[in-house]
Amino acid sequence: MYILAIFPTGITDRVSASPTLEVRIWRGTDTGAFAAYEVPAAESQTVLDVVTWVQRHREPALAYRFACRVGVCGSCAMTVNGRARWTCRSHVKDVARDGRLVIEPLRHLPRIKDLVCDLTPFFDKWRRAGGWFEGEATRREPMPALAPGAEARQTVDAGIECINCAVCYSACDVVGWRPDYLGPAALNRAWTLVNDARHVRTREVLDATATSDGCTVCHTHGNCTEHCPVGISPTAAIAGLKRKVFRRWLRGGHA
Amino acid sequence: MKTTPESRRGAGYRAFLAHRLSGLALAVFLPAHFLTLGLALEGAEALDRFLAFAELPLVKAAEWSLVVLLATHLGLGARLLVLELGPWRGLRIAWVGWAVGIAAVTGLAFLAVA
Ligand code: SF4
Ligand code: SF4
Ligand code: FES
Repeated sequence: MYILAIFPTGITDRVSASPTLEVRIWRGTDTGAFAAYEVPAAESQTVLDVVTWVQRHREPALAYRFACRVGVCGSCAMTVNGRARWTCRSHVKDVARDGRLVIEPLRHLPRIKDLVCDLTPFFDKWRRAGGWFEGEATRREPMPALAPGAEARQTVDAGIECINCAVCYSACDVVGWRPDYLGPAALNRAWTLVNDARHVRTREVLDATATSDGCTVCHTHGNCTEHCPVGISPTAAIAGLKRKVFRRWLRGGHA
Repeated sequence: MKTTPESRRGAGYRAFLAHRLSGLALAVFLPAHFLTLGLALEGAEALDRFLAFAELPLVKAAEWSLVVLLATHLGLGARLLVLELGPWRGLRIAWVGWAVGIAAVTGLAFLAVA
């Protein structure tokens, strides 16, 4: 009971007399169809609550993904009424149109089943963009002092809270047109590393993002920035990478 | 069936489309424009013929579109340059409106003097 109180299931049969939502959920992989469900509407209800209700009460085989339910893990993203969103923090009252919800998996990722995508390409690109930290200090050395107000540190702070939800990746049209494009999240991560004073592979990261699938492919039309649920601007990060790569090229280094 | 991505409805996406399409159209029209100009420079008689040609309504309309395309491409391109090279202050979506407004004013001004 205690656990139920911390993780309320959102809607229970208790509210089934209330008005209902018309919900259409994608079933299948690339081939498949929408299935329609009537779901009891509740005063405070997230899209993830709706999907959970359908799975518990109507469609036990429905596949979807979530973990934290509080906007931290980044695993619950889906396409809701045409827009990529984190479903655990998207309230039905904000996103439903005339009581209707159309729920699909994210775009630009291989589909596994129903609402679950394979995020392997997304994380592979994260690595291809050089997106992992490498320091040189050992635990025997003192902790490096980082001034929180320093410009580079603030640049890192602006992008570091990424929850890897792939909402931006799904919203980026260029990822759709050029499947090899590294995409906003990986490039944003790379930009945080380029600005991290403790990181030792800055050059390699810049090299990795300056490829023909890297930052120069971005059209700067800002979908990623407009969609990111935690308010990160991958467009700003990519612009930063472009500036650095451009300056390096001006100085005669290879782009 | 798949729903249309909402990302296709934003001003940023429309700005991108307008910028790309005006760029492509310019790439096609500008060489034609310079070719006609080049012909005009081949002598007085040719120039007279060209000026008469330039008065044809269809040619006027083409020139007008060229001017509007240029203004659109320039305005939207300036926004991109500022976004990418200037300090980051958001997506400057309002600038899309400004660019379109400037293109419209330029188009009207061209109509007024033509
Ligand atoms: S700004 Fe760049 S990365 Fe972001 S959605 Fe547009 S093309 Fe994709
Ligand atoms: S940048 Fe934002 S939208 Fe993209 S993966 Fe990170 S948290 Fe999600
Ligand atoms: S379930 Fe963790 S972010 Fe939504």
